Amino acid sequence: MSPQPLPFYDRVETALHDESLKTALARATTRFIGNRAGAIGALSDEAALRDQARAIRAGALSRLDELLVRLADQVEARGGHVCWASDAEEARRYIVELAQARGVKRIVKSKSMASEEIHLNAALEQASIEVVETDLGEYIIQLAGETPSHIIAPAIHKTREQVSALFEQHLGMTPTTEVPPMVRAAREALRQRFLRADMGISGVNFGVADEGAVVVVENEGNARLTTSVPRIHVALMGIERIVASLDDLGVLLQVLARSATGQKLSVYTSLISGPARPDEADGPEEFHLVMLDNGRSKILGGPYAEALLCIRCGACLNACPVYQAIGGHAYGGVYAGPIGAILTPLLQPDFPDAHLLPQASSLCGACQEVCPVRIAIPDLLLRLRAAAVKAGKTHPVERAAMQGYTALMNSPALFRTGGAIGRLGSRLLGRKGRIRHLPPPMSLWTQARDFPALPKQSFSAWWEEREHDGHQG
Amino acid sequence: MPTRRATLFVTCIVDQIYPTVGQATVALLEGQGVKVSVPRGLTCCGQMAFNAGFRDEAYAVAGRTIEVLRGQGDVVLPSGSCATMIRHLYRELFAHSPYAGPAADLAARTYELTEYLVDVLGVTELGASFSGRLTYHDACHGLRFLGVQRQARALLAQVRDAEVVPLTGSAECCGFGGLFALKQHGISEAMLARKLDDLAGTEADLLVTGDASCMTQIAGGLSRRGAKLRVRHIAELLANLVEARA
Repeated sequence: MSPQPLPFYDRVETALHDESLKTALARATTRFIGNRAGAIGALSDEAALRDQARAIRAGALSRLDELLVRLADQVEARGGHVCWASDAEEARRYIVELAQARGVKRIVKSKSMASEEIHLNAALEQASIEVVETDLGEYIIQLAGETPSHIIAPAIHKTREQVSALFEQHLGMTPTTEVPPMVRAAREALRQRFLRADMGISGVNFGVADEGAVVVVENEGNARLTTSVPRIHVALMGIERIVASLDDLGVLLQVLARSATGQKLSVYTSLISGPARPDEADGPEEFHLVMLDNGRSKILGGPYAEALLCIRCGACLNACPVYQAIGGHAYGGVYAGPIGAILTPLLQPDFPDAHLLPQASSLCGACQEVCPVRIAIPDLLLRLRAAAVKAGKTHPVERAAMQGYTALMNSPALFRTGGAIGRLGSRLLGRKGRIRHLPPPMSLWTQARDFPALPKQSFSAWWEEREHDGHQG
Repeated sequence: MPTRRATLFVTCIVDQIYPTVGQATVALLEGQGVKVSVPRGLTCCGQMAFNAGFRDEAYAVAGRTIEVLRGQGDVVLPSGSCATMIRHLYRELFAHSPYAGPAADLAARTYELTEYLVDVLGVTELGASFSGRLTYHDACHGLRFLGVQRQARALLAQVRDAEVVPLTGSAECCGFGGLFALKQHGISEAMLARKLDDLAGTEADLLVTGDASCMTQIAGGLSRRGAKLRVRHIAELLANLVEARA
C-alpha cells in the first residue's frame, strides 16, 4: 500500500510553495470556471434545472434499495453478473478473483474514482496483473506514480511542460510544449494496450434502474474502448449513483457536463446493459457490475446525507479558493476539494488527519453556489467540525481560547474589561495605527498581516456617553 | 406615519475595533428618520465558536443574544457575515431546542445594513460624496447567503464625485474565515495575496466593503505590503466619514 502521507499541515505547506502547481492550477481552474459559467449561463432557466436535478437525486436516494434491486435484476436477466460489495475489500476481492479465474493478464481501465477509493490498481498489481489507465489524465499520473488530484481532471496539477518530460522519459516522445503531439504519443501507446487487454474496468456515472443500464460519460473515447474491446467488462459503481429513468438521466447529464467542463453534453455517453448479445458483433462476452457501498449506506438518512447527492462534476473544486491555492494532493484523501473534505472523513474515517480537512475552508460558499445539485457544502463542513470537537479532536489552545471567548461574550462586564485590556495592549504594541507583532497564538496573524491598533473608545462606550448626554435621535 | 424604529447590533468586531463603523451606521439610520436603539449587553452573534465547531459555546453566546434582542423589532447589522449567522446558521444551531422559535422570529426581522437601506427603507441617495477612485469587495456571506450584491452597488452609484471601478474577482474570498485565518494561515495568506494583487490592478484610492472581518484581513495585508490603498466600511463612506485623502 501507499506510504504514510505527510501530516495535513505539511502537505499544505508543500503545496503552497510549489510554483509549478500554482501555474497549473491557475491555468486550469480559470478555464474550467469560465467554461462552466458560459455553459450554465446559456441555460434559459438554470435555477429550475438545478432544482430539478437535486429533486431527482434526492428522490432516487429516498428509494435507493428499490432502484438498486431493479437495476441488478435487469442486468442479471440480460446475462450480466452483479456483485454487492459492502466494503472496499469485498469489491477488490471480487475483481481480483474474477481476473485470476479468467486468466486475465492485462487490464485497461477508464476513469473511476470508486476504483481509487478501493485502491484497486494496487490489489491487481499485487496479483501480478498489469493495469493501464487509459484516460489521458489518469495515464499521465499513472506514469508519474501519483494519484488523481481532481475528480474529473486527475492531472490538473501537472503543467504541460511536466507532461512532456514524462512522455519523453516513458514513451520516448520528442520534447514539445504542443498538446497535439503529446496526445498522439499517448494514443499510440494506449491503442496497443486496448487491443491486448483481457479485461476492461470502467467507472459508472449513473445507473438507470428502469433500463437496467449503467451510463459512462467521457470525452476521449477510451471508456467506450475499455467497455467494448476486451472480452470482460467490469463496471464499478458507488451505490448512490443511481437514477430511476432515462428522463431523470437526461436532466443530470445536462447539469453534469455543463458544471464539469462547460460542455452541453460530454462527447461520448455510453449506456451499457450487459454483455454482447448473440447477434451483436461488438461488446464483451462477460459483464460484471460491482455495486460498492463502502460506507455510503451509513451516511444515508444521517446529518451528512446530502453529500450522497453529489454527481462528481468537480465544479466545487474549481470554484474553491482553498483548492485553487493548494490543489488536490494536499487534501490527501481520494476525493479533494470541498466535497472531498466531506467525503474523506465519511468514507475514509481512518485516514490520518481526516478530521482536519473540514477546517480547510473559509466557508465562503463558492462551492455551494456552483453545485449543480445544490449541496449545502458549508453546512456539512460545519457539522463535521462540530463532530470533531465533540470527539475531542481539537487543539488545547483552541479549546482554551473558545472557553475564554464564551466567558467574554457572555458577560458584558467582562467583554468591556477585555476591551479595555485590549486597548491597553494595543497602545503598547501599536505604531501608527497598526500592530506588526502580536504574541502567540495571534502571531499566526501577524506573520504576514498587520493588525489594527484598537481605538481609544469602543462603540458601546461612545453610545452610552451619547445617551447619557441626552441625544435625541 | 409612526416613527420607524430599528435596533442596531454593531457586532463585536465593530464595537471594539471599528467604532466609527457603528457611528456611521447610527448616522445613516437616523438620517433616514429611523429611531435607533442599542440594547445594553449586546456582545457577539456567536459565529466564531459556531464556525470552529464549538456548538455548546456558540449556543450559550447566541442564546444570550437572542434573549437580548427579544421583542426589539427590526435588527440591523453592518455585517453580512453576522447577519448570515442569525438568519441562516441559527436555524441549525437551535434546531430542536427551546430557542428554535425565538431564533426564527429573530431571523425574520434581521437585516444587513445595505439591504435594510435599499430594500426596506427604499433609499439609495444618502448625500455621500467622495472625490477619488473607489472599488468594492463583495463579502462572501452577505453575497452568497443573503443575496446582498446590487444594494451596495446602487448605493455606491449615488456617491457624488466618486469614480467607482470594478474589482476583478470582487466575489472571491479574501481569506479571512474567522479562526481559519489563524489555523490555516498559509492558505489564508495565499488567498489574501490574490485579493491584494487584484486590488493593485484597480489603482483605486479606496476599497469599500460591508464586513469588518474582511476589512481586517485586507487592510492588514495592504499595510504589511506598504500599499497606499485605504479600506473602509461602506457605512463610513456613505456617512461621509472618509476623508478624501489620507
